[in-house]
Amino acid sequence: MATDSLPHASGIIGVAVPRIDGSLKTTGTARYAVDHNFPNIAHAVAVQATIGKGRIRSIDASAAEKMPGVLLVMHHGKIDNVYRFYPHESDGTISEARPPFSDDKVYYWGQFVAAVVAETLEQAKAAASAIKVEYDAETPDVNPDLSDFDGEKQESWKRGDPDKALASSPVTFDQTYVTPVETHNPMELHGTVAVWDGDNYTLYECTQGVVNHRVVMSQVLGVPRENVRVISRFIGSGFGGKLFPWPQSSIAASAARTLNRPVKISVDRRMMFSNTGHRPRTQQRIRLGATQDGKLTAIRHDFFTQTSQLDDFVEHCGEQTPFLYSTPNLVVTTGMVRRNVGAPAPMRGPGAVPGLFALESAMNELAEKLKMDPLELRLKNDAERDEGKNLPFSSRHLKECWTTGAEKIGWKSRTPGVGSMRRNGKIVGLGLGSASWSAARIPCTASVELCPNGRVCVRCATQDIGTGTYTIFAQVVHAATGVPLDRIDVFLGDSSLPDGPTSGGSMATSAVLPATTTATNSAVTRLLHIATSLPDSPFHGIKPENLAIANGRVMQKNDQQPKVVGVSMSSSRDLTANGVPFEEVLKMANLSGITATGKTAPSFEDPKAKQYSLHSYGCHFAEVEWEPEIARLRVSRVVSVFDCGRIINKGAGTNQMLGAVIMGLGMSLFEETVHDHRTGQPINNNFADYIVPTMADLPDLDITFLDYPDYIVNEYGARGIGEIGMAGVAPAITDAVYHATGVRVRELPVRIEDLLKSTVHEA
Amino acid sequence: METFNYVKAPNVEKALASAEQAKFIAGGTTLVDLMKLHVETPKTLVDINLLPLEKIEKLPDGGLRIGAMVRNSDLAWSDEVKKSYPVLSEALLSGASPQLRNMATTGGNLLQRTRCMYFREPNAGTPGGYGCNKRTPGSGCAALDGFNRMHAVLGTSDKCIATHPSDMCVAMAALEAVIHVEGPKGKRTIPFADFHKLPGDTPHIENALEPGELITHVDLPKPVEGAKSTYLKLRDRASYEFALASAAVVARVEGGHIRYIRVAMGGVGTKPWRSHEAEAALMGKPANQASFKAAALAALAKSKPHKDNAFKVELAKRCLVRSLKTATATA
Ligand SMILES: Cc1cc2nc3c(=O)[nH]c(=O)nc-3n(C[C@H](O)[C@H](O)[C@H](O)COP(=O)(O)OP(=O)(O)OC[C@H]3O[C@@H](n4cnc5c(N)ncnc54)[C@H](O)[C@@H]3O)c2cc1C
Ligand code: SF4
Repeated sequence: MATDSLPHASGIIGVAVPRIDGSLKTTGTARYAVDHNFPNIAHAVAVQATIGKGRIRSIDASAAEKMPGVLLVMHHGKIDNVYRFYPHESDGTISEARPPFSDDKVYYWGQFVAAVVAETLEQAKAAASAIKVEYDAETPDVNPDLSDFDGEKQESWKRGDPDKALASSPVTFDQTYVTPVETHNPMELHGTVAVWDGDNYTLYECTQGVVNHRVVMSQVLGVPRENVRVISRFIGSGFGGKLFPWPQSSIAASAARTLNRPVKISVDRRMMFSNTGHRPRTQQRIRLGATQDGKLTAIRHDFFTQTSQLDDFVEHCGEQTPFLYSTPNLVVTTGMVRRNVGAPAPMRGPGAVPGLFALESAMNELAEKLKMDPLELRLKNDAERDEGKNLPFSSRHLKECWTTGAEKIGWKSRTPGVGSMRRNGKIVGLGLGSASWSAARIPCTASVELCPNGRVCVRCATQDIGTGTYTIFAQVVHAATGVPLDRIDVFLGDSSLPDGPTSGGSMATSAVLPATTTATNSAVTRLLHIATSLPDSPFHGIKPENLAIANGRVMQKNDQQPKVVGVSMSSSRDLTANGVPFEEVLKMANLSGITATGKTAPSFEDPKAKQYSLHSYGCHFAEVEWEPEIARLRVSRVVSVFDCGRIINKGAGTNQMLGAVIMGLGMSLFEETVHDHRTGQPINNNFADYIVPTMADLPDLDITFLDYPDYIVNEYGARGIGEIGMAGVAPAITDAVYHATGVRVRELPVRIEDLLKSTVHEA
Repeated sequence: METFNYVKAPNVEKALASAEQAKFIAGGTTLVDLMKLHVETPKTLVDINLLPLEKIEKLPDGGLRIGAMVRNSDLAWSDEVKKSYPVLSEALLSGASPQLRNMATTGGNLLQRTRCMYFREPNAGTPGGYGCNKRTPGSGCAALDGFNRMHAVLGTSDKCIATHPSDMCVAMAALEAVIHVEGPKGKRTIPFADFHKLPGDTPHIENALEPGELITHVDLPKPVEGAKSTYLKLRDRASYEFALASAAVVARVEGGHIRYIRVAMGGVGTKPWRSHEAEAALMGKPANQASFKAAALAALAKSKPHKDNAFKVELAKRCLVRSLKTATATA
C-alpha cells in the first residue's frame, strides 16, 4: 500500500499505517535469528531425555565423538563457562533457571541431556542420534488432576467475608473450570547464533527482550554486561514464549567460546513442546453468591496452576477477578502444583485468559441460574471503581463495550432457551465473555537523530515481535516532524541501543511513545536553536519559539506563507515549498547530526498514575452453528469490542486483535498439549497432532475499538493491545455452545465427544 | 534420517530391477516424513516419477484406469471422476491440503501409513522407546494404554489399534476398485478389499504387496447406472485434518427402496472399512431414516472402543446416517 495516501503529520496517529518493515518480510530479506551465517560457523544439535523423571546413569558419546565433522560433545560435567542464575536474587528474568547439563537428573521429558556441535547440521544431527544415554527411570508425575495440592495456598485480594457471605446468599453457584496445557507454537522456532570474539559475546536471538536477555546472559556466561550484545531484529512472533532466555542460548554461547567459532542452534518443532514453555494447566473453582435479582454478594476464586519441578511459575488466574465486577466480599487463592513438565512461560494474556474463562463462564452460568440475561447480569454488577485496589479507574468503558457488541451481534433477538434459535437448518447459539488486561507505562529510552542526508534515525533497544513496533516509532517521528515515513529509519532489536522495554504484557507501545516523542521534540528544539543562532541562517535573530518544523522543514510559526530569504543553499531546496529542509540547517552548521534522547518515566513511579487503576477492557460476542445430526459445530461469528485507550495504528491494532481472537478460538476448540502418562512426553508434539485453527475454521470476525484515550497512561492516551484480544473469547464460545447444544464445557477445549452429549437432536 | 542411495527409474522394468532392498518414492509426502522420523530406513530410494503411469483412461468396458502416478489433485478434478465417481473426487478433496494433494499420488495414497503418534515416535519399537508391534513385532502396543483418541474401533486386535488414515481408499473401497501391480514374478491384480490387511497378530504386514512389487494402476469398474455417491468426513477442524469418522456411500434407489448399495467408512477402521453389515441391512429396504439407523447400528455392532475413542462409535453412526440420506435423496 502506498504511504502517500496516508494522512499527514499528526493525522498519522490512529490510522492504519502499513508496516514500514513489510516489504523486508514479504521479500524474505528480513533476517531472523538463525538466518545469520558466518564463515566457519558450526552447528549444534541438542539431545533430549526420553524419560520424564529419573537419573542419567551413563552417557556414551564415544561413537558420536568419532563421527565425521564432530567438534564437541556437551553433557553433564562437560560444559564450560555457564553459571547459575538465581531468579529472585538477580536483575532480569530467566525461563528455565537450571543451567543446561548442570546435574545428572531428569526433571521432564525432553530435557536437554547432551548436545553435539559439528561442522554441518547433518553431521551434528547424525552424531546426536548416535549418543547413547542410559537412565534410571522413575514414573513421572503428569497427572492432569491438580487437586493433590498439599502446600499452603496463597490468599490475595481478600475483602469482606466471602465465606460468610456465600453461606448466607440467597443464590449460590459453585463450579470448577479447567484449561489444559497449551503450547505457544510461534511460526519461528527458537534458536540462537552465538559469536565469541575472545572477550565479547554477540548473540543473535529470537527474544522478546534484548535488554533482559543481555542482563541474564551476562550473568549466565560470567562476563560483564557490556561484553554481551544481543541482536534480535526480527522475530517470527513469540506469544510470550520468547520473553526470557531458554537453555539453548547458553548451549550455543558456551560452545562458541569453547570452540572459538560461531555456533548456531535451532530448537525443532518437537522440542518446542517441551523445552520452550507452555501455558500451564489450570484448575479453578469459582463460587459466586448473589441476590435473587442478580446483585453479586461474594466471589471466591480458588485455583491451582501447574508448574515444573524447579521453576516457580504461577498463572495468575485471579488477576482480573477483584475489579471486574462490584461485590463487597471476595477472595482469590492460589496453589502451585509441581509436575514433571518443562518450565511454563507466559502465553498471550497470561492469567487473564484462563482466569476469565473461569470467571466469565461462571457469570454466564449464574445468569442462567437466575433466569437472567447474561448481559443484564453484567450491566447490573459493573464496577464503578476498582474495589480490589480501592482506586478509581483511569478510563473504563466496559459498559459501552457490552452494549456496542450486543447491538452488533443482534443480542436483542437472542431467545434464552437451549437450542431455541435456528437458521438455514442449523441451530444457532450466542454467548458472551468479557476481557480485561492491565495497562502500565514501563521505562523506556529512545534516541532520535536528525541526519544531514535528510533522514531521521530512531534507536531503541526494544524489538518488533511482529506487532508493528517499527512502524509505531516511525509514526511518532513523522507526527512530530512531518518527515515522510520513507525517510525515517528505525533501529530496534539490539541491546547496544538505548535501553528499551521488553515486548510483553502489552506494554511496549505505551512505553515507547513518550520516550520517542520527547526525543524527537528535543532534537527539533536543538535544531531550531541552531537555526536561529547561525549568522548565515535565514532564521538568524528569530526566537526559536517562533519557529517550528513541518514537512521536515524549518519555518516560522503562524506564517502561512513564510518567506525564505534568498540564501543560496544546496540544490535539494524545493523553492515551491515553505521553510528550509532541516538537513540544510545541519549542513549550514557543519553538523554530522543532531541527536537527542527521551525517556519514559514508569507509571509505577508517577504519583498521578498511582492514584488510578489502569486497565483495558473489552468483550466478545460469539455465535456458533450446530448441526446435531453430524455433531458439527462451527463458530460462525465473533464480534469483539475493545476499550484499549487510543489506537495508534489501526491496521496493526486490528491485526493484533484478529490474531488474538483466532488464538482464542483455537484455545476454545482445539488446543491441548497431551502428556503421555507413562513417559511424561507431550505426545502430540507436532502441527499434525496439536491442532490450531485453519482458515476454513475462521468465523466472520468483527473488531471495534472504542478509542477513548487514557491520558493517565501517556500523552497519546494509548494503552497496549496484544493480549486482551484473547481474553474472554473462550467463555463467549462455550456459552454459545451451551446455548446451541445444552452442553456446558468447563474443561477446554470443546471436543466432539462433549458435543455428542447434546440432547438437542434436530435442527 | 539415515543415508540412502537414490535411483531415478526411467521405465517400469528398470524400476523393478532396482527394487530390491529399496522403496519407491512417488510424491514423497508420506515416505520422506517417515524417513525423517526414523520410521522408514530404506537403503535405496527408487524414484518412479518418470514412469509413464500418470494417465487417467477410459476402459473399453466403461470403467476407468488410473495410473499409479496420477496426482491426487488431478484425479479429484478430472471431469470423468467428478461426473461418474463423485465420491472419489469428494474424498480426495477432503484430504490433506492443496499443496500435498498436488504431490501425493494414487499409488502413494494407497500405501500411506497410520498416523498413530506412538508409531511415529523415532524410537518406537526400540528398547527404551514406546512398544509398537507395527514397528517391531513383539515390542507391544503403547497406544492400548496410551492416548488413543484417534485410534480405530473396528478391525483392531490386541496387537494394534492403529487407524488407516486415507480418505481416497475409503471411496475406492466403496467403488470396488481393483489394484494392478507388477513385480519380479510378473503382473497380477488385487481386489481392493484384499489389498489392505487387518492387523491381527502381524500389524507390521499392512498390505498384499510382495517385496519389490510396483503398483501400476487402479481400475474402477463401470459406474453403476442410476446410482448416486457421496463422501462425508467428520473431523476436529474444518480442513487439513484426518477423519474422526468418514463414510463413502454409493446407492441406487428405485421406487423408494434401496436396490444397490456400497458402504465404506474411514477414521474408524484399521483398514479402509467396507461395511457388508450396513449393506445387508439396507439392501431392498426403504430409503428412510429407520433403515439408515439400522444400518449404522449394524456397521458399528462389532466396534471395540478404547479409553479415549468411544465417541467415534456414535460419531461414525451419525456420519453414516447423514451420508445415506444424502446419497439416497431424490432431488
Ligand atoms: C500433513 C499431512 C496431512 C495429510 N492429510 C491427509 C488426509 O486428510 N487424508 C488422507 O487421505 N491423506 C492425508 N495425508 C496423506 C497423503 O494423502 C499421503 O501422504 C499421500 O497420498 C502419499 O502419496 P505420495 O505419492 O506422496 O507417497 P510417497 O510418500 O511417495 O510414498 C508412500 C509409500 O508408498 C510407496 N509407493 C508409492 N508409490 C508406489 C507405487 N506406485 N508402487 C508401490 N509402492 C509405492 C512408497 O514406497 C512409500 O512407502 C496427509 C499427509 C500429510 C503429510
Ligand atoms: S496402535 Fe499399532 S501402530 Fe500404534 S503403537 Fe500400537 S502397534 Fe504401534
